[in-house]
Amino acid sequence: MSTLSSPSERVWWKTPVERVELLWVGIALVWGIIMTIMMPYWHVVGKQNLSNEAYRTTPEAFAKKTQAMVDQYTVRTETERQFPVVAPPAGSDVYLIARLWDWWPILELENGKSYRLHLTSMDWQHGFSLQPENINVQVVPGYEMVITITPNKAGAYTVVCNEYCGIGHHKMIGKIYVK
Amino acid sequence: MATTAEFRTCPDTGLVFHKPAETLMKLNAVAGIVFLLVGGVLGLMLGLTRWPAVHLLPADWFYLLLTAHGLGVLVFWIIFFEIAVLYFTSSTLLKCRLATPRWAWLGFILMLIGSITTNVAIFQGGSSVMMTSYVPMSAEPHFYLGLILFAVGALIGCFVFLGTLVIARAERTYGEGSLPLVTFGALTACIIAIFTIASGAIVLIPTLLWKIGYISYMDPLVYRVIWWAFGHSSQQINVAAHIAVWYAIAGVVFGAKPLSEKVSRMAFLLYILFLQLASAHHILVDPGISSEWKIFNTSYAMYLAVMASMIHGLTVPGAIEAAQRHKGFNKGLFEWLRKAPWGNPSFSGMFLSLIIFGFLGGISGVVMGTEQINLIIHNTLYVPGHFHATVVGGTTLAFMALTYWLIPVLFRREVMFPGLAKWQPYLFGIGMSGFSLFMMGAGTLGIPRRHWDISFSGALFSHDFPATAQLLLGVMGISTILAVIGGAAFIIVAVGSVFFGKRKDPAVKFSMPLIAPSVTVDHARIGFAGVAVPGTLVLALVFLTAFVLYYFVNWKYLSSVWGLS
Ligand code: HEM
Ligand SMILES: [Cu+2]
Ligand SMILES: [Cu+2]
Repeated sequence: MSTLSSPSERVWWKTPVERVELLWVGIALVWGIIMTIMMPYWHVVGKQNLSNEAYRTTPEAFAKKTQAMVDQYTVRTETERQFPVVAPPAGSDVYLIARLWDWWPILELENGKSYRLHLTSMDWQHGFSLQPENINVQVVPGYEMVITITPNKAGAYTVVCNEYCGIGHHKMIGKIYVK
Repeated sequence: MATTAEFRTCPDTGLVFHKPAETLMKLNAVAGIVFLLVGGVLGLMLGLTRWPAVHLLPADWFYLLLTAHGLGVLVFWIIFFEIAVLYFTSSTLLKCRLATPRWAWLGFILMLIGSITTNVAIFQGGSSVMMTSYVPMSAEPHFYLGLILFAVGALIGCFVFLGTLVIARAERTYGEGSLPLVTFGALTACIIAIFTIASGAIVLIPTLLWKIGYISYMDPLVYRVIWWAFGHSSQQINVAAHIAVWYAIAGVVFGAKPLSEKVSRMAFLLYILFLQLASAHHILVDPGISSEWKIFNTSYAMYLAVMASMIHGLTVPGAIEAAQRHKGFNKGLFEWLRKAPWGNPSFSGMFLSLIIFGFLGGISGVVMGTEQINLIIHNTLYVPGHFHATVVGGTTLAFMALTYWLIPVLFRREVMFPGLAKWQPYLFGIGMSGFSLFMMGAGTLGIPRRHWDISFSGALFSHDFPATAQLLLGVMGISTILAVIGGAAFIIVAVGSVFFGKRKDPAVKFSMPLIAPSVTVDHARIGFAGVAVPGTLVLALVFLTAFVLYYFVNWKYLSSVWGLS
């Protein structure tokens, strides 16, 4: 009659329940309901939510839009590879390409202003990980994800890749500046 | 009908072993432990690479061994051992012959060939794609082929288990009543396994066809959704299986009876109904998946499964407390726990597994499975921190605890190095807890997972992680060593006893019986204030408090980052 042998009662669902079990089931149920409510609640009052706006895209189409932004708003270049630093106007659509193994281009944003950030990958899956904020989203080829971002502190931020993308994965870092 | 010559009655426990089943249990358990040994060695090298001061491996080897480690331990070790558990809980606990031992052999051989094939593919170097093998990155065809063969073998094992239950029912080998609770738990694990393997087939077979050119395009997002239907539910097999093992050890060591059959079994049923549905928490920050679906999937589906785990978290120690109080350890809140056999590695391993799984693995899993909180955790080192608490501190430690009992009962050997065995669960449990906690801490500070070099050598730009994060990686390295010593101690004891141990003489009794007589407790006569198991209730409330606090701390932390909408 221990846990290893058949219960003495022939039909297990007719066995009596211990009171402390009922109490605990009740507590667990209430806690589950609270946690369930927290998510929609945060969509209403919280400031950190994904809109889940996304489109199908191709590397060519996305690269074209990114190039147009770079051509229009580049303010300077950095590093020996002449990485463009792009400062698009507040409220505009900004594009960031993930590819083996860069984040391209560098974005320069204004503190407290919102931008529609478009993200996709040109090749394999990558992971957008904004440091030191520690905001992380999956970057999937073929899908263009749009997130409205509102930086709340000035500084130089790093975009680390946190989805394994081959041997150069650890070299895949980019920059976002907030003024 | 099987002949009696095919059975052996264990002189110490009275359990009845069907000899063909016994052989298969031994083989599966040993194959699993060999993969654990290999995986542990790889884990050591990975851990030493992620310790910045040591940074052992070069990049290509790091990713190669990471792929081998993930599959070798998460899939091969755990599933081989689970097949042994399935045969034990069906054939042995029901005193029944194993259905079609020939098929069970075929399953075992397929699993063996499959696991070796995949490992060959990985070590040839062209398949360092991680266990998730996210398309469009691709591995060599035999990488997928091996996994598919392994899955087919495991599926056969599941059907042998089900067939055995059918025979046992038909031949009334275990009387007229319901299945024993432990077998019932194993049955839920088996049902979830069948769902899991089907999802695995749906995702891996097309991937193989794509790799060899029969399919032109694999959608990476669809791949992720289906892969996680497989990857997530495979973890639920582990949960159901190791909880069945907790109940088994409670029965073996204490003769414990569940507080109520109904609640424990309902909780297992909740797993079948909900757990494998809750796979959206792996794709919470993926493009193009609606919030409505994410919330539905992670709340309704996931929290009912979480509730089931919380129930087992109460009823397993509750059953132990009741049995102990019945035996006379009825004073105060915790006499039953203080006077528990802490020197018996089966018990200490099981109890540590329960604590680590609940406090570290469970709480962190629910927190990071919250739609918005996932934004500050996804793909950081927090994630491996979480699952080393669940699948290593929880499942692996529970299986180790069971092994200590199987050595005399199934393998008929005396446990070698009993002093080492006594300490092993503590070394491994504490080492793993530290390892998991420090990884979670480093992940909270942004350190990425699956990452060879967080100093970004050779990159165009530089980035410095906070000094605290660097420090956490250092102490994580030290915990790695502690955990590996604990793991090695297990391997030494288990392999040593099984292959070189002294044959067990039934005349020599252990200080503790190998199976405690079962106790039927009158709940009105134990505990106090109308609560039969007050100590367990207090532990549960401590757990709840930690859970609630940690949950809201994470919301607070989330509220401080950039606005996202
Ligand atoms: C002492 C033993 C162990 C040590 C030191 C260890 C260490 C590690 C380390 C350092 C990583 C890499 C984390 C990263 O960089 O992302 C890792 C990954 C992993 N480990 Fe372990 N581990 C051990 C045992 C286990 C066991 C027993 C299991 C399963 C039952 C397991 C499952 C995994 C999985 C699934 C991964 C992730 C692989 C991936 O990202 O694809 N580990 N482990
Ligand atoms: Cu990348
Ligand atoms: Cu990467």
